Amino acid sequence: MKRLIWLMAICLFCQPALAQVQLQAGYLQVEVERPPTLSNLDPLPEKNGLAGAELGLRDNQTTGKFLGQTYELAAAIAELGDDPLEAAKTMLAASPYLIVDAPAEVLLAIADLPEAEGALLFNISAGDVALRDTECRANMLHSLPSLAMRTDALAQVLVQKRWTDLVMIAGSFPEDRAYADAMRGSLKKFGLKLSDEKQWDAGADMRRTASQEIPLFTQGFGDYDAMILADELHDFGRYVLYNTWAARPIVGSEGLTATTWSPVIEQWGAAQLQSRFRELHARDMTSQDYAAWAAFRTLGEAVTRTNASDPETLRAYIMSDAFELAGFKGRPLTYRAWNGQLRQPIAIAHPRALVAQAPLEGFLHQTNELDSLGRDRLESKCEAYQ
Amino acid sequence: MIFKKLSALSTIACMLLSTAAGAGEIWVTNEKDDTVSVIDTDTLEVIQTYETGERPRGITFSKDFSRVYICASDSDAVQVIDPNTGKILHDLPSGEDPEQFVLHPDDTHLYIANEDDAITTVVNTQTRKVVAQIDVGVEPEGMAVSPDGKIAITTSETTNMAHWINTETQELFANTLVDSRPRHAEFAKDGAEMWVSSEIGGTLTIFDTANQSEKAKISFEVQGVHQDRVQPVGFEFTNGDTHAFVALGPSNHIAVVNAETFEVEDYILVGRRVWHMAFNADKSQLFTTNGVSGDVTVIDVASRKALKSIKVGRFPWGAAFRPSP
Repeated sequence: MKRLIWLMAICLFCQPALAQVQLQAGYLQVEVERPPTLSNLDPLPEKNGLAGAELGLRDNQTTGKFLGQTYELAAAIAELGDDPLEAAKTMLAASPYLIVDAPAEVLLAIADLPEAEGALLFNISAGDVALRDTECRANMLHSLPSLAMRTDALAQVLVQKRWTDLVMIAGSFPEDRAYADAMRGSLKKFGLKLSDEKQWDAGADMRRTASQEIPLFTQGFGDYDAMILADELHDFGRYVLYNTWAARPIVGSEGLTATTWSPVIEQWGAAQLQSRFRELHARDMTSQDYAAWAAFRTLGEAVTRTNASDPETLRAYIMSDAFELAGFKGRPLTYRAWNGQLRQPIAIAHPRALVAQAPLEGFLHQTNELDSLGRDRLESKCEAYQ
Repeated sequence: MIFKKLSALSTIACMLLSTAAGAGEIWVTNEKDDTVSVIDTDTLEVIQTYETGERPRGITFSKDFSRVYICASDSDAVQVIDPNTGKILHDLPSGEDPEQFVLHPDDTHLYIANEDDAITTVVNTQTRKVVAQIDVGVEPEGMAVSPDGKIAITTSETTNMAHWINTETQELFANTLVDSRPRHAEFAKDGAEMWVSSEIGGTLTIFDTANQSEKAKISFEVQGVHQDRVQPVGFEFTNGDTHAFVALGPSNHIAVVNAETFEVEDYILVGRRVWHMAFNADKSQLFTTNGVSGDVTVIDVASRKALKSIKVGRFPWGAAFRPSP
């Protein structure tokens, strides 16, 4: 017993971490107008994103209490009609760390605020490739995978399954067009081609007529191996499944999807993260929740290892080789030095099970197989990180 | 008929016991079958399969091998089973989601990692009461106790620490950081060293128990396997603690580490996602649980060669040895 007390005293000196370090982070949700969709089936999950940050806060706090490190999270919503930049300024005045759920153009405007100079922003909502490329910002990291990472993952599956004769139906919302663009890029990257493509005609109410409309709409495709749907707002895609003229698998926004996170992931210890999340929020964890969790855990991991809370030290550590985040995806997650994107495996899943995890076996890369997904160093046009 | 077979088996077992002192059994928990498979270490066959609670993981025997304790994670209980009959005698209160545990040298106290609750629960197996609950990091898993019983260790997967528990006061007296996702802990060399594996970090950290300082760190390199896939999980020491056999998860290899020089001497190919392991009586053979391939690989320790794969249930997880009754 005596010996143990003595050891404790020693540890007071050998662990400088017992000095108080405090990190406060902000979470800003910028509300956007959502266009009407055909189905009323999908309620928007409450606190989509923020719920993940709250779990990250708890994980960080539990770790911090052993090291004398404390964490706080302040959340704000910029409602429709509010000026999101004013909200961001207020939050950045309180803390240089800001986790943001906003469209790409708002993210960029926040990153370019004078108040954001030297700050560290986390994009958890926008998959836009440009944000990681021509429009990248040194003060913005991306814990959400880019669209290209997701479509590359799906292209790897198509190659592996030898589904090479492909057709696509794309919706007309900007999100659908961006997805379709990324998909075309990925097909090219992996040597695949579309044999035909159609734009979704948003006229009919598919709840009543899907069985009549879709066979006709897809009859012209003739034969093919797989159909890709670009329907990121989940407007029409659900009605295409099992109604196509040809009996072929459907991938993309519906059917077999490439996704950041899914309730069906249980490997790699993920069952624990899922159950902790469900216990806290009584719903399933979404991709945006996961990205927000990963963002706050990134900060937590950096504080744990550096025992500092200033943005220069933390940013340097996060971008260094020493950083690694255990993200329940089976391998360490790290940030790409050329654009601030969190490297991560992508789940290939349908609503009931995980089918595969990209990068798939056989897709090799000279430094890290994870970099076979998304913009690689050599093709990067991001200048802020050079 | 079954009874006859059983009695015949036990007769054979008795005969073996009288001739070879090493006859024994390896008990393997099957996480996704809610069963435990019993392997005969002489015939290398599964001789029994018993039902358990939901999602059985950690498994250990009482010192006299008259009881087997199993963490039934999704039943939120530690089950006490009579190993001679496979009958569940009773449950112990365990806290929520018990994953792994360690039996104190006093043969009475179980230190249990409650994965969902960030708690280590201490249970008295005789009074069947919870003695203490200790706050630890997020997702506690690896559990160890020093040979003198004075220190218990919990490692926490998301907090990335080894928590050092004073077993007299049941309080933490030190918390040491390790690489990402620590999974397993063991004391070595009469308690002078404490080893921790880090799955995502890909390392083994060796602490000097006296002052909890880091003494060495071991990394692994398996030819043809990306570094990220080399993920150390369970490990065990050979006779005299001269070597450690380390399961490297999805790289499907066991590493043989020289415990004096801390150098990796060998890699042995086993089944898919190798997780935990147990030795036979004289430690001449090692049995590894391979989660994804659903089998157990038997390794000859001297030649460091895999001898045989034994099919068990779905997702074998824990393994423990007992001498044949």
